[in-house]
Amino acid sequence: MERTTIDLWVGIFVALGVAALLGLAMKVGNLTTDDIGEIYSVTANFENIGGLKPRAPVKSAGVVVGRVADITFDPATFEAVVNLSVDKRYHFPKDTFANIYTAGLLGEQYIGLEAGGDEVMLKSGDKITQTQDAVVLEKMISQFLYNKASEEPKETASAAVSASTKSGDDALGSSPLDDMKKPVAP
Amino acid sequence: MIVNSRLHLFCTIGHRFTQRIWRLGAGARLFWLTIISSGESFRRFHLTIREVYFTGVMSLIIIVVSAFFVGMVLALQGYNTLQRYGSSEAIGVLVALALVRELGPVVTALLFAGRAGTAITAEIGLMKATEQLSAMEMMAVSPISRVIAPRFWAGVIAMPILNVLFCMVGILGGYLVAVPLIGVDAGAFWSQMQANVDWRLDILNGVIKSAVFGVACTMIALFEGYDAPPTAEGVSSATTRTVVTSSLAVLGLDFALTSFMISI
Amino acid sequence: MTQNIVGHNLVEIDNLSFGYKGRLLHQGINMVFPRGKVVAIMGGSGSGKTTLLRLIGGQIRPAKGEVRVDGHVVHQQSREGIYQLRRKMGMLFQHGALFTDLSVYENVAFPMREHTDFPETIIHDLVLLKLHAVGLRGAHKLKPAELSGGMARRVALARAIALDPDIVMYDEPFAGLDPISMGVICDLIRTLNDALGTTSIIVSHDVKETFSIADYVYFVANGTVAAEGTPDDLNKSTLPFVHQFVHGEKDGPVPFHYVAGDYKQALLGLEA
Repeated sequence: MERTTIDLWVGIFVALGVAALLGLAMKVGNLTTDDIGEIYSVTANFENIGGLKPRAPVKSAGVVVGRVADITFDPATFEAVVNLSVDKRYHFPKDTFANIYTAGLLGEQYIGLEAGGDEVMLKSGDKITQTQDAVVLEKMISQFLYNKASEEPKETASAAVSASTKSGDDALGSSPLDDMKKPVAP
Repeated sequence: MIVNSRLHLFCTIGHRFTQRIWRLGAGARLFWLTIISSGESFRRFHLTIREVYFTGVMSLIIIVVSAFFVGMVLALQGYNTLQRYGSSEAIGVLVALALVRELGPVVTALLFAGRAGTAITAEIGLMKATEQLSAMEMMAVSPISRVIAPRFWAGVIAMPILNVLFCMVGILGGYLVAVPLIGVDAGAFWSQMQANVDWRLDILNGVIKSAVFGVACTMIALFEGYDAPPTAEGVSSATTRTVVTSSLAVLGLDFALTSFMISI
Repeated sequence: MTQNIVGHNLVEIDNLSFGYKGRLLHQGINMVFPRGKVVAIMGGSGSGKTTLLRLIGGQIRPAKGEVRVDGHVVHQQSREGIYQLRRKMGMLFQHGALFTDLSVYENVAFPMREHTDFPETIIHDLVLLKLHAVGLRGAHKLKPAELSGGMARRVALARAIALDPDIVMYDEPFAGLDPISMGVICDLIRTLNDALGTTSIIVSHDVKETFSIADYVYFVANGTVAAEGTPDDLNKSTLPFVHQFVHGEKDGPVPFHYVAGDYKQALLGLEA
């Protein structure tokens, strides 16, 4: 009679609670399904991935074409192996370039693909050989400080202020990025 | 005359203070009695289920609706600030962490105190005023194990469930504002959230918090009802005290629990 | 009647004193309640009649003296012991004290569900039997809020006798009832007492009804037993207090005015 309807409601209540807890749990784990349809996966090795996280977007020309599936560490080469799930609709040449970029100054990190000119396209399980690491802020700063320190003895004390601004521009504008533009040795 | 009135004030404050201490002790005693006479609420679990219906299921609507709005407001406000730093994708993290760590347990407990706590106090107070508790005692049935304990455990069970629902609905509300309305990338919204919300440190700690709040809110409501003077006036002021005391207890406990959880 | 034969008296109150916060409500009360009889405790409002019932039920402890139920001293019992004794008692509260969240049927079934392992079919039969005894079998589906005052009290009576207790205590069973309901309750108390062989203790201040069913009456005033006897004795009593109470006179040993200063002085504003 009355008792069973109450039981039913309490059952629904508890079930909702369990479902919500599962939902919360899946926010943490990687259990939610991708909203991209059919995918193929390629890997890319990086010396440093910075703050790249699983499920970060993979973009090409600013368009999301896939997601980072998972990130593992290769103990043989001491490199990060990043698995990319790319939408089946998009094909990229074999010599495609994979960069780790940061959205905005402090935003999330994502992988940008720059298509090369190869005739052969990437297949599932292939490896992108040309990669560029994440820009690590600390590295950039230490580079800048190092440059500044090496320049300092040449400068006169009176010009120190203007010199440091100048060298700052140099450090941020050219040297560290030049250093990092070098592709990882295949 | 002035000395006299000052002395009077002093006495009043002292009396109020000892009264508080006395009530704290009485509350602790009721808590202990409830714990040791809880056997029946589990042996005859339908008694507890009935109370879960009245405290939990009946609070669902207010919890879900407020969670939805809290989530939406969080997303709006969060976006406003985050976009200045070019990190509007972090809005998912902001909404989820705020809800799971703090707003979920605290707001749920405050709403619970207002919705279920007052109902419990009024019900127990009226049962006392109409001699129902006395009648039960005369029938050799302990009101603590028959009336108090099932309501206590129902509150302790219902609160974490309500909290989890609050968090989930709040995040959905935040999603609705952030993704379709503002245009944040859905993947970034979820991925940043997943990357930054920890299962144990954030979600489990939030659930533990809400279980503690469940104990506190339900016990305060039960004690106020059980201790209420058996008159209409007494019951109504006990109901008010339930809301005030529960809210203060929740906020105080929240600080204590948070500092404890952060330090480990 | 007053002799103390062990086993003859189900409840005995012996030199009992009780008080709140130093103020004594009862001083040296002696009463006996023989098996199978209807005994009434009468007195004005606030004379501590209901408190006596609570002392018998062991809900409060006496300051001095003792209450014995079936030979057991109530206040010396452990919690379990008191509960054991209470299972022999049924009590009808002044306003019924029905559980408002349960139906009439569930109210009567409550003591059975709590204290017995009877299967549902037996509980069903017993509940309807008890409800039939108070004439409310047809009302078993109603909620207490849907009952009139008299009906609620009859349901409460059915609940009080649910487990066939040895003692049934009635707290103001006639207060606030219309004459018909009063007659019904009156009749029920006497009939149930004789049919079930219980001992009934009635606390009341309704003289006519109480005298019509009681075998023996105690008058309580100023914390002591002021008079006792059968209703016939008391009707003929010349004690001023009893005379005033029985005949409902406005003034007498119980003054009309609460203790106050001189009226003329109060009117002139001279009273402190």
